[in-house]
Amino acid sequence: MTITEKILAAHCNRKEVSPGDLINAKVDLVLANDITAPIAITEFKKTGAKDVFDKGRIALIPDHFAPQKDIKSAEQCKALREFSREHDLSLYFEVGRMGIEHALLPEEGLVVPGDLIIGADSHTCTYGGLGAFATGVGSTDVASAMATGECWFKVPESMKFIYYGKLNKWVSGKDLILHTIGDIGVDGALYRAMEFEGETIQTLPMHGRLTMCNMAIEAGGKSGIIVPDKITEDYVKGRAKRPYKFYTTDKDARYVETREYDCSKIPPTVACPHLPSNTKPAAELFEITIDQVVIGSCTNGRIEDLREAAEVIRGRKVNPNVRMIVFPATQKVYKQAMKEGLFDIFIDAEAVVSTPTCGPCLGGHMGILAKGERAIATTNRNFVGRMGHPESEVYLSNPAIAAASAVLGRIATPEELK
Amino acid sequence: MIIKGKVWRFGDNIDTDAIIPARYLNTSDPKELAKHVMEDADKDFPAKAGKGDIIIAGSNFGCGSSREHAPIAIKAAGLQAVVAKSFARIFYRNAFNIGLPIFESEEASEKIREKDEIEIDGDKGIIKNLTRNEQYSAKPIPPFMQELISAGGLIEWTKRKLKAS
Repeated sequence: MTITEKILAAHCNRKEVSPGDLINAKVDLVLANDITAPIAITEFKKTGAKDVFDKGRIALIPDHFAPQKDIKSAEQCKALREFSREHDLSLYFEVGRMGIEHALLPEEGLVVPGDLIIGADSHTCTYGGLGAFATGVGSTDVASAMATGECWFKVPESMKFIYYGKLNKWVSGKDLILHTIGDIGVDGALYRAMEFEGETIQTLPMHGRLTMCNMAIEAGGKSGIIVPDKITEDYVKGRAKRPYKFYTTDKDARYVETREYDCSKIPPTVACPHLPSNTKPAAELFEITIDQVVIGSCTNGRIEDLREAAEVIRGRKVNPNVRMIVFPATQKVYKQAMKEGLFDIFIDAEAVVSTPTCGPCLGGHMGILAKGERAIATTNRNFVGRMGHPESEVYLSNPAIAAASAVLGRIATPEELK
Repeated sequence: MIIKGKVWRFGDNIDTDAIIPARYLNTSDPKELAKHVMEDADKDFPAKAGKGDIIIAGSNFGCGSSREHAPIAIKAAGLQAVVAKSFARIFYRNAFNIGLPIFESEEASEKIREKDEIEIDGDKGIIKNLTRNEQYSAKPIPPFMQELISAGGLIEWTKRKLKAS
């Protein structure tokens, strides 16, 4: 069996499962945010359940339109707070404690290797980077799971992606996943589990693994996953709030398809409007001028991402035609960045630093694009209207490319900076 | 289940931001969401689409976010069903969970033209094109999804499960 099949089998008390099997499995953690939880709460009440299945396994995180951007958003956030109080939920995160959900939960050790996690947010697949099975669902699925502690799944086929060779300078997990989505398309892994492996993955740090699994959904994947190893162990020990288990893939595990990538041939990569699969080497896009740069999101808002952007922009200025906005993904990332002097670097460069929020990634707030404006962002989607006006444009990249672009006012690579 | 209506066509990879842009997600009121359905794919759509109409789309309909607001907006706008070459998986789950009928049919997706009148026999998986006098087959609805539909959606199914336990 693959690691995915083993985790699913273990959560429905079966020795074995095969792709296509329909199972009802126990969930280790259920999460929702200020956009999706209000519907989940309404639907939960309709189930007639008096209590949630486990007060310590439901995470409600107001991160999308929080800090509350308007009255309606405030009402939505309030619904989370009230429900959490009513049911005495231990994993409600008020502004000041919250961060972007998919950065916050791994950082706090609330999701661990071997878990089965569902979340009413499509980027729940991020936790595959820890060797967990994690997938996005809708609000009604979350409502049902909050009542029963279970969720139905069709066991997915697994697709293997092997990465070998040394990463080029300024190439990271973001470029690997953009390159992969560019190769297979936005439905190239539809309904499938994407398993990332190979010598390059074995040395890829945890933040890069989380970034790769985060974007599995952009290829249509049900999940992304990496077999846990020493890097995983180093990351989770000292953080894990629950016991964890490392699952592995059997040598004779079956894959519906296998793809291999020579990483030495992958350059810094950018996804052009309006699909994450519309990828090109950054070096082919130097004529694209930009109005805004966004560094942050559940994809690239971790401390390592901020360090990478700071390294590029240190001692330089954001181009006068550009506004650059930096979003540390959690309060811990925020504090660490401050301690390391990264904020001085950003502010001296005339960028702004925001409190943690999903903000402009989904066109919510804190950096919305006007008609005809163009942004380069370290986020995960560049659909029509994603960051604002339907006639605005988003290019997706890693933090180094985004920071270099901020300096030159057009898509750029760090090598071009003098 | 027989569904009859006029068709509006969309292409491949219609994402949930096109179905209901995030700028409207500060509410989950179905009536509010319905006012903006498919707006970023076709800004005139909320005004021109009528009750009982059907959406035909290409592959990967509903890709992107997990927002249940997407099928809710379609349903609340009075659209009866979506027929597509394929659906993104979270949208597929959500549609069944909230009771929006959806059908996968490559043939229907390719051959049906804008404003054709079609009739879908959900039980038999047959799509008739009344305008062109053609007939296409839809992929059968998996048994568990049928169980969900006959229970009246996931919440009713969950209620039964809670009672049984």
